[in-house]
Amino acid sequence: MALLRVEDLHKRYGHEEVLKGVSLTLAAGETKVVIGPSGTGKSTLLRCINRLTEPDRGRVWLGDLEVTARRADLNKIRAQIGFVFQDFNLFTHLTALDNVRLGLLKVRGMGRREATERAMAELERVGLKAKASAYPAQLSGGQQQRVSIARALAMDPKLMLFDEPTSALDPELIGEVLAVMIQLAKEGMTMIVVTHEMGFARSVADEIVFMEGGVIVEQGPPEVLFRSPKVPRTGEFLRKISELYGEAG
Amino acid sequence: MNLVFDPSWLPRLAQGISLTLQLTVYCMALGAGLGMVLGLVRVYGGGKFSPLYWLASAYVHFFRGTPLLVQLLTIYYGLPTMGIVLGPFQAGLVAMALNTAAYQAEYFRGAIQSVKAGQMLAARAVGMSRTQAVRHVILPQALRLVIPPWSNELVYMLKYSSIVSMTALRPETWDLFGVGRQIASRNFRYFEVYTLVALFYLALVLLLTLALRWVEKRVRVPGLGTPGRGI
Repeated sequence: MALLRVEDLHKRYGHEEVLKGVSLTLAAGETKVVIGPSGTGKSTLLRCINRLTEPDRGRVWLGDLEVTARRADLNKIRAQIGFVFQDFNLFTHLTALDNVRLGLLKVRGMGRREATERAMAELERVGLKAKASAYPAQLSGGQQQRVSIARALAMDPKLMLFDEPTSALDPELIGEVLAVMIQLAKEGMTMIVVTHEMGFARSVADEIVFMEGGVIVEQGPPEVLFRSPKVPRTGEFLRKISELYGEAG
Repeated sequence: MNLVFDPSWLPRLAQGISLTLQLTVYCMALGAGLGMVLGLVRVYGGGKFSPLYWLASAYVHFFRGTPLLVQLLTIYYGLPTMGIVLGPFQAGLVAMALNTAAYQAEYFRGAIQSVKAGQMLAARAVGMSRTQAVRHVILPQALRLVIPPWSNELVYMLKYSSIVSMTALRPETWDLFGVGRQIASRNFRYFEVYTLVALFYLALVLLLTLALRWVEKRVRVPGLGTPGRGI
């Protein structure tokens, strides 16, 4: 059974229809990379999946739980879906450790000692155990993003959503974040990643989803999409971002 | 010019200082509690048309838009006609607390709105309820931001607490200004007495300002510097 099912999502902001009926499914352990020009609804799609943005129409299932159900326990559902933001959004008043620990204490209701152990383990997983007592403002962008990944992982998510996780980073910091994500994909995490990092897409994506104008134009395995896209526009876009992001296409 | 300072004024002035400090501290504490609730309602209490938002806004506009002195006299002389009799200290405290709450509500609203929207998003994304997010993520940041404007309000209220002398008739209810006025009216040393009273106010203001500076430093988040400093 599919771990995530998205059916016919629509979202409109004022006169602009950002999502015009997007459907996709993810099997457990699958990684999908979503690409497309800016303003084509990629972020909106991610946010509709855990209802940080309320879709106008369409349905989302996480396993056999309907996320879009009127009575869905959103807090419980969101705790099972890790979300990584483009600009990290670490809690600025809390140390790295407390950032990771807060959800465990307040949402999972874990005891202090257990939560601390778990949080430290997650920080170690992203290579930042030594920075546990540092505040976000004392960390580099790459380190902040790794802490935010640890914060999401600590909740034991069934699904991870990455919204342009490296777009706000200096080029030399991108690698450390991608390395964590590649490791995650290899460990079998189910993930949707909105990114322009084609090297990452090629090495870990099971499928690439090309979105434009609020719809999915084409999707398929990276080798198919890179070599023989069905829609000319897909090939055009792939070539363009491969040039821009320094990945020979 | 022949200036005379009489040490026998001091014990009475000290008693006035004690009353002034009590009024200030109590009214600021009450005002902070009410102001924070009002500020939260103005930000999170639903849209412009929700009754809660409307009530909170009406409160803020009313108490900011009318003079504190009028509020005090209404409470002290007006409420007894409705059967609510308050002593001069209580009336002063109530008037000051209600008044400062309106101002503080705006400081809290500003501070809450200065917290980046991403903070709420991130908190909700890990599964916190809105209340949890406000309590554990938004407020701790907003409370740090509110300290500078809040200390401004503290200084105002410390000085404006002198209006309680408008209603205080008995010596035990006199604040610093009230005591000074009484001493001066007996010995006609207006210049010396009021200068001394002014200096005491100044000293209190400095003391409280320093105390808040200390708090501000204590709770400062490491790494979050002053934007623009050194540029």
